[in-house]
Amino acid sequence: MAFKQVTSPHAHGAKSTANVMKLVVLATIPGLIALTWHFGWGSLINVVLACLTAVISEAMVLKIRKRPLAFYLGDYSAVVTAVLLGLALPPLCPWWVVVIGTVFSVVIAKQLFGGLGYNPFNPAMVGYVVLLISFPVQMTTWITPLALLPEGLSHPDFFESLRLVFSSLAPVDGITGATPLDSFKHTSGLTVDQIYQQDSLFSQAMFAGVGWEWVNLGFLAGGIIMLSNRLFTWHGPVAMLATLALMSLIFWDSGSSQSPGSMMMHLFNGASMMGAFFILTDPVSSTVSNRGRLVYGALIGFLVYIIRAWGNYPDAIAFAVLLANFCAPFIDNYTLPRTYGHTDRRKATERSED
Amino acid sequence: MIEFVFQNPIISALVALAGLGLIFGALLGFAAEKFKIEGDPVIDQIDSLLPQTQCGQCGFPGCRPYAESIADGDSINKCPPGGQSTINAIANLLDVPAPELDQEHGEEADIKTVAYIREDECIGCTKCIQACPVDAILGAAKLMHTVIADECTGCDLCVEPCPVDCIDMLPVESGINQWQWPTPPIANGLIATDRTHSSSSHEGAA
Amino acid sequence: MRQTWVTPGGVHPPENKHQSVTQPIGSLPIPEKLVVPLGQHIGAPAIACVKLGDKVLKGQKIADPAGTVSVAIHAPTSGTVSAIEARPIAHSSGMEALCIEITTDGKDQWIALQGIADFEHTTPKTLLSIITDAGIAGMGGAGFPTAVKLNPGFHRPIDTLIVNATECEPYITADDALIRERAEEIIEGIRILSHTLGNPSNILIGIEDNKPEAIQALEPHTKDTGINVVSFPTKYPSGGEKQLIYILTGKELPSGQIPADIGIVCVNIGTTYAIKRAVVEGEPLVSRVTTMTGEACEINRNYDVLIGTPVSHMLEHNKFDAKKCSRVIMGGPMMGFSLTSKDIPIVKTSNCLLAPSVEEIPHNEPAQPCIRCGMCAEACPASLLPQQLLWYSQAKDHDRLQSHNLFDCIECGACSYVCPSNIPLVQHYRSSKSDIKKAEEEKIKSAQARERFEFRQQRIEQADKEREAKRAARREAALQAKKTAAPNSAADIVAAAQARTEAKQLSPEQEQAKLERAVSSAEMRVQKAQSKLDAAVASEEPEDKIKILSAALSGAQQKLEKAKTRLAEQSN
Repeated sequence: MAFKQVTSPHAHGAKSTANVMKLVVLATIPGLIALTWHFGWGSLINVVLACLTAVISEAMVLKIRKRPLAFYLGDYSAVVTAVLLGLALPPLCPWWVVVIGTVFSVVIAKQLFGGLGYNPFNPAMVGYVVLLISFPVQMTTWITPLALLPEGLSHPDFFESLRLVFSSLAPVDGITGATPLDSFKHTSGLTVDQIYQQDSLFSQAMFAGVGWEWVNLGFLAGGIIMLSNRLFTWHGPVAMLATLALMSLIFWDSGSSQSPGSMMMHLFNGASMMGAFFILTDPVSSTVSNRGRLVYGALIGFLVYIIRAWGNYPDAIAFAVLLANFCAPFIDNYTLPRTYGHTDRRKATERSED
Repeated sequence: MIEFVFQNPIISALVALAGLGLIFGALLGFAAEKFKIEGDPVIDQIDSLLPQTQCGQCGFPGCRPYAESIADGDSINKCPPGGQSTINAIANLLDVPAPELDQEHGEEADIKTVAYIREDECIGCTKCIQACPVDAILGAAKLMHTVIADECTGCDLCVEPCPVDCIDMLPVESGINQWQWPTPPIANGLIATDRTHSSSSHEGAA
Repeated sequence: MRQTWVTPGGVHPPENKHQSVTQPIGSLPIPEKLVVPLGQHIGAPAIACVKLGDKVLKGQKIADPAGTVSVAIHAPTSGTVSAIEARPIAHSSGMEALCIEITTDGKDQWIALQGIADFEHTTPKTLLSIITDAGIAGMGGAGFPTAVKLNPGFHRPIDTLIVNATECEPYITADDALIRERAEEIIEGIRILSHTLGNPSNILIGIEDNKPEAIQALEPHTKDTGINVVSFPTKYPSGGEKQLIYILTGKELPSGQIPADIGIVCVNIGTTYAIKRAVVEGEPLVSRVTTMTGEACEINRNYDVLIGTPVSHMLEHNKFDAKKCSRVIMGGPMMGFSLTSKDIPIVKTSNCLLAPSVEEIPHNEPAQPCIRCGMCAEACPASLLPQQLLWYSQAKDHDRLQSHNLFDCIECGACSYVCPSNIPLVQHYRSSKSDIKKAEEEKIKSAQARERFEFRQQRIEQADKEREAKRAARREAALQAKKTAAPNSAADIVAAAQARTEAKQLSPEQEQAKLERAVSSAEMRVQKAQSKLDAAVASEEPEDKIKILSAALSGAQQKLEKAKTRLAEQSN
């Protein structure tokens, strides 16, 4: 067909949306390997279960909305949401926690707003927060890392893990344990050095917490892979990590018993790296310009530190990200780039001169 | 007395609330006087959205009387020349739902028209000149009448009074200079409009 | 090396230029008919000055400029004027415009030409009129009348002349080939330009570094002329006027201004060649170098093409295979527009005819929702936020589109190029720009209508007041007259007044008769409208006319109903 009316440009050089999403999933693999090595099969089961739930629930919603399934499922966005949620949940948590969280993320936080591109909040984080508030016990039952397991105990093998997950039984007592951030928060009265000596989670670690430092390094590696493939710009993650580090340095007070923790502890524990590279870089719910991403990332880093230090929760990525999602349009209003030919940057809500 | 108030929590609550009410009431009253504006600015805002054809199809002699009536609570869907886009704009301004155009007052014309007088038949009676709400017809008694096309709003109030029926409403030229790229379809219609799409419109996702 | 600056954003599409520069510029056989549009430039279309049947020679003027922002049109070869009518032209809409068709006689006979040997002693004014009369408009793609651009006025002193040899779009090599073969003439054309502008202190030829042969061809001729050849790294869209100005001078062109406002004039290098031919040889603009490229054509080459050559002639000569081709594009793959018919003629701004195979430029995939990835903002050379412009364009939010500087978009297509969801971003922006312009025009019109209406109200009120005043004065005068004359009793005066009022009012019978007349004339009007509509339907008039007539009929019917009700009310 040679003579028809088509709009310019006629050439196209981009990656497709599906390929972008697939690359994100691949970039989580180093972190997933670290989680599986140190904490057993639980995370992998969570991820697979979440993926299945996500695809099925999105398909059902698309059918109700009378949309072509292959076209919309083929952009792999549901898979990405599921993978991130699966990685964030505690290993060996019951299957219904995973399913409820995923259904909430995909159906309510994403499809109900109009599908991919229309959601104002990060769907995985919405699911996580809903679970955290509704099922506090299951969401705060974590696993002891491999290196610290008592003699004779080992992580359940693959089939044992499957059985635990689907029968909603809690794992054996010795297997469960606190995370480093959790442990740090609940030891008041001791100085930081004392905690580091007494708590095996810190005393046997390289520079942050046993097992968790490797997980964070894995996610850092994934983030660098995505950055080098130009999936997103450096502004958001660097701003968040820099602010987190800066806040922890400002409030360090040389490791007294009131101290909220060292810089290395905050950067390499909990979900810091995953949050920096996988969660806050979700383009749909973040700000639009590069300068806006700097402010957005900084806000998240700031909020994470405040909630970790003086809030009720040991880790705070989900809450910080959701709060920053609220602020994204406001930040956008003041951080439009300066257009060629104009002397000042404009505000997004400027009315035209009448 | 103060001790009495402090010892009786109910009394102290009442006193606190009454006091706050007095203070804020005074502030509001002061603001109502100091920042008072004459007239109702919403009428000007509604009038600026109406198309100013001054045709009278809404039942009012001109656009401003209709704007005043809307400000009093009249329905906003009476203006055919404005069409659905004007109804939507007024609905947006007043924060009310946007109904469809009320067919009783006329239909929205797809094409803009302007009046044209067939000069051979004109008898110079000035009836159309008196009828035109924007004085777009040039002429005088017993002299030729003609429509100034640039000023004609297409309200067609002049057609009826003409005793020899020599006025036509002709469509405005739309050539290569008026052409514009059509808006591409939104890739993913929102949920509220789903029901208006049949399953065969999936190709519309292109 | 002269300093150059780097523009933000930009993309690097594969260049695909090597295919069309393997051979020197060729020439095509003269086609049987040439279709020369009268509006090949920005501004008013030229006005034909020949009639049907006139014999014309090559270079003879066939249309005069219409006003200041216009250029003349000349016969590209000798022949006879065989038609002056609307034909499809090279425009995104595929619509028609007035063209002069010339049936060629194959002799290619020039009219007598008069050139100027020594332009340095010719006044700029004379040179400008030669340029307008030679029909020269910008040949880079926009087609702005060159003489107007070269005459910005005393309040705009020019210190820099930029010659645009960038040719940043993939596939196009027309300027490259022209420079390689005719560099000396080009430099002379630039010297003419400089003289016309009063010898600006900086003369720069901006060229991308992917054209080393062209740079080498230019450099020997620029010695001691004050002309600098400045090459800079290849990036799309460096060839845009705003971007090129920034790259070569580091200055940004303020939004809404023209380059002359900051002392710069920017001209395409093909135009400088045309200027030289016009001034020195006296040849008007009748042909241009056009690249024929794309895998659907066996031969890829640059040609000297006569203006008005139908695209079909070029495609046939280069062995075009329609089955292989995905779409035929006039221009490059980023900013060119697709053609809807192969009878469309080549015009002064056609730098390339691209016939790609389906592998080179596949059919468009359906657009997916925007994932807000931000790659478009990374690519935008104007530092806009295409993502936000898309959302506001879909929402038709004109205020936000303006605050996000929609009209600073140069429609280069870099954003659509990188969009992972295949969204036709540029089409959205073009459509929104037209919508906003239309809305602004309507606002102005409705404000004017409101003014006229209010003035009319005032005028009528004024007339009424004057009438009242006159009546009051007359009453006063009558009263005075009565006082000085025999005084009547008060009752007589009142009775006289009452009698007069009654005489004025219509009796009920007269009122009835008046309403009956209204009903009958309304009925007549309905009949007339009905017969008009029937006649239109019978003679199969276009649908819009029928719509208007049926609307008029229903209007007349409504009015008849109203008249009838009024009559009924009166009878009761």
